[in-house]
Amino acid sequence: MSSSNSANVGIVIVSHSIKIAEGAADMVRQMVGNAVPLGWTGGDVDGGLGTNVAGILAAIDAAWSPAGVAILVDLGGAETNSEMAVEMLPDDRRARVVVCNAPVVEGAVIAATEASGGSSLSAVKRSAEELYA
Amino acid sequence: MTFDRAAKERLVQALAAPMIAHADELTSLDQAIGDGDHGLNMKRGFEAVLAMLPGVADKSAPEMFKAIGMTLVMKVGGASGPLVGTFFMEFGKSLPDAPSRADLVAAADKAIVAVKARGRSDAGQKTLLDVLVPVHEVLAGGGDGAAIAAAAADAAERTIPMLAIRGRASFLGERSIGHMDPGSRSTSLLIVAAVKALEFEAGS
Repeated sequence: MSSSNSANVGIVIVSHSIKIAEGAADMVRQMVGNAVPLGWTGGDVDGGLGTNVAGILAAIDAAWSPAGVAILVDLGGAETNSEMAVEMLPDDRRARVVVCNAPVVEGAVIAATEASGGSSLSAVKRSAEELYA
Repeated sequence: MTFDRAAKERLVQALAAPMIAHADELTSLDQAIGDGDHGLNMKRGFEAVLAMLPGVADKSAPEMFKAIGMTLVMKVGGASGPLVGTFFMEFGKSLPDAPSRADLVAAADKAIVAVKARGRSDAGQKTLLDVLVPVHEVLAGGGDGAAIAAAAADAAERTIPMLAIRGRASFLGERSIGHMDPGSRSTSLLIVAAVKALEFEAGS
């Protein structure tokens, strides 16, 4: 799920709850409009609370940017599944996707704000992770 | 050990059966110290693996384990999907169709290293590694199927007094003590089922 296209770093939001993922995406849109490619996903394959690799891969695809994609996750399984998804990406994409160690909502908003200014993937990740520093 | 088509089919059925039969138990263990989805997740994953029969048993050992691992990664969800799926995918990578004890030990060793990397974890943190690592030692030491199964069950029991350091249970801190780790329980069930299905002999 996504919208927008741009050369800026893309943002992916992965939550156990699709409502949180969607709500965080709404907050990102309110902050940066369509300046960054955005994808989000939540829920297990049956639609319950959880995360799933296929959904994460689709969200990365939706938020794809040549500048790379920063993923924001909520709890444990979201992180493990996101790392798994990154590993399953084609070689030319894998090195350009990072999972940020940051709170999902605040991290997504900060990362998107940073990305909207044209910052590099590493700068976007750093800004999000400063929230935990 | 022969790992022909019949043995492969037996193994897949044997692995799926306890995940389906023990789903409620695994869920209640997970409700105590996690998010309560482990039983349902593992059941969903292994039902999908079971549905890969009969075709999956026609594959070579590496291809079969890769397919099973990938299905678990995609279907289980939670942190367990990537962890258990990674184990299967790595375990099969260099496995011949008539594996010796040394082949199995080497395969398990590689799979355990991959699970540690995936979870950034090690034994002693109240995870499935607390079953995998001691079972690997018994396997490497030449133990028979009964010894391996006993080691798996004992190892899961030994997670009860442990403090969780990784995973959702770590949020509970000391309240994680006194409960069996659900991932260790499911892993021990899978190992017990596997050795029974493959009629593991000592030193074979």
